[in-house]
Amino acid sequence: MNPVLPFEWIVAWRFLREGRLQTLFIVTGIAIGVGVIVFMSALLAGLQANFVRRVLTAQPHIQLLPAKEVARPLGPPPGLARDAVEDALVQAPLQRTRSIDQWQGVAQQIRALGEVRVVSPEADGSALAVRGDASRAISIAGVDPAFYFHIVDVPSKIVAGQARLGPRDAIVGTELASDLGATVGDKLRLSAASGADLTLTVAGIVDLGSKGANQRTVYLSLHTAQSLLGLVGGVSSIGVTVGDVYAAEAVARRITAATGVEADSWITTNAQFFSAVSAQTTANTTIRVFVALSVAFGIASVLVVSVVQKSREIGILRAMGISRGQVLRVFLIEGGLLGLAGSVVGAAIALVALALWRRIAVNPDGSPLFPITMPPLLLLLALGVATVVGLLSALAPALRAARLDPVVAIRG
Amino acid sequence: MAEPVVELERVTKRFNVGQPNETEVLHGIDLRLSRGEFCAVMGPSGSGKSTLLNLVGLLDRPTSGTLRIAGVDTGALDEAGLTRLRGHEIGFVFQYHHLLPAFSACENVMMPMLGARGFPDADMRRKAEQLLERVGLSPWRDVPPTSLSGGQQQRIAVARALVMQPPLLLADEPTGNLDSASADKVFKLLREVNREQGMAILFVTHNAELAARCDRIVQVVDGRVAAGVVPAQGRDSCIALR
Repeated sequence: MNPVLPFEWIVAWRFLREGRLQTLFIVTGIAIGVGVIVFMSALLAGLQANFVRRVLTAQPHIQLLPAKEVARPLGPPPGLARDAVEDALVQAPLQRTRSIDQWQGVAQQIRALGEVRVVSPEADGSALAVRGDASRAISIAGVDPAFYFHIVDVPSKIVAGQARLGPRDAIVGTELASDLGATVGDKLRLSAASGADLTLTVAGIVDLGSKGANQRTVYLSLHTAQSLLGLVGGVSSIGVTVGDVYAAEAVARRITAATGVEADSWITTNAQFFSAVSAQTTANTTIRVFVALSVAFGIASVLVVSVVQKSREIGILRAMGISRGQVLRVFLIEGGLLGLAGSVVGAAIALVALALWRRIAVNPDGSPLFPITMPPLLLLLALGVATVVGLLSALAPALRAARLDPVVAIRG
Repeated sequence: MAEPVVELERVTKRFNVGQPNETEVLHGIDLRLSRGEFCAVMGPSGSGKSTLLNLVGLLDRPTSGTLRIAGVDTGALDEAGLTRLRGHEIGFVFQYHHLLPAFSACENVMMPMLGARGFPDADMRRKAEQLLERVGLSPWRDVPPTSLSGGQQQRIAVARALVMQPPLLLADEPTGNLDSASADKVFKLLREVNREQGMAILFVTHNAELAARCDRIVQVVDGRVAAGVVPAQGRDSCIALR
């Protein structure tokens, strides 16, 4: 007997060891349940983290946009009733590239918010890139590298040249560079719809990880873009990053409330993804609850059988002076140990499944489809929850054992 | 006069109290067992012997009357108090030994001490080994009880009942399932312990020969101690009793 272990632990352990086959079966059952839960949770978390990472490495958490132009019906001419309107149909106005009103003040206001990390003013618009006979429609992103490169890490995505944005520099997407036959140092002419025209030098070529973005993105310095788009001194949007990405929506609402400028969080702009995640999470939670219930009933049934089988031994123990509390604890410990053992094996199963998944789910180039990690916290949580489930499910059989009348139990 | 270990005064036991099938099994039992006394309890099946033993063993409570164990009035004790008193003052040997198959012979003997102390220690083991040596089972101390004969298992149960050195030992037909040689061994063992340690023993049996070797015999008939306690006949008068 281990001198460190108390009476209840020794008896619980020996009882479990005595019913080897029963113990093995229930531990296997618990392990499969826990393994499935842990693996599914890791997979789901990996999927979400991967999407969030992809989304947030290419866009700010919150984007402030100028208010849309709206057409207001004309008021009634003098002398006419208030509800007399010349025309019931109001034509939708054209949305011009406009600046955010008082954007310097707005940016300063946002920077003062505690959760905000980076505030990056941008002048965005569309133009035509021309080189020789080739021309492509492009999206201009006029940015201040000192801020914007903290939102999108452009320097790390540069495949040729450097992430330099001087007054006459442009950083272009790989596909666009290829379409225009441009390399680093080549000249590129950009024509805006307003008629403005600029000839710039390709300072760097960037791979943004998406073919569409690589086909049309051109980064310019903020001032260059402002001149080209006719937004002198103005910005068409302000990008914001926050400390907690999942708090972006709440921060966006606060910004709108404080500044009156429309602010869209990445959560709103990716609502479809979040509704899918929510559905997945609900399904996963439902599965978890039912697996936990089946594990609980499994443990309880094994322990109920064990109490019936051992009722005479329990009676004798009680006759020897073992208290009801000690008997209760023996069976609670049995339940807890079953839960713990099952979850340890289950966690191992999940880790093996994860290793297999990493081997099977790969891109054609051999890189993983998306990175999945098994956070230690998830494993600890699974161990803790399974042990608690074991303890709770052992409660009924343990109470039954503790309440056994020794006279009846001994008589059998 | 030796100090009393068990005292019953007008003890009754009724089952299904307040129900149509209420039954009184014991009717006003008066019994006194002193330290060092070896008392046989005899009587036909259903006479109330086991009920009497359960009351004395604190496994059940009397419906009325007074029961004192080692001078303690048990009527005033709660469940925990009864369990404690039982653990320290009373040893049990049953017809079916009910040893724990998950533990070795030695560990089975240690069990009451382990339960009382909470953690195993060297002293516990030493005492258990001494007792196993005493009952002649030292070589089998580390084997599971299931690999031993019925007689050997019952001797382990006796050792288990003795390990706490209780002043009272209750034996409920401990030889009922044993052949005569094994029964004799178990009885002799109880007799030795009774004489050496002054332990009071209440020995329920149907075996008149063994009963005659006790200090006295209590006859229980229809829930009453038969008038007059049969005096001890001693070893030499066994034949007369038969």
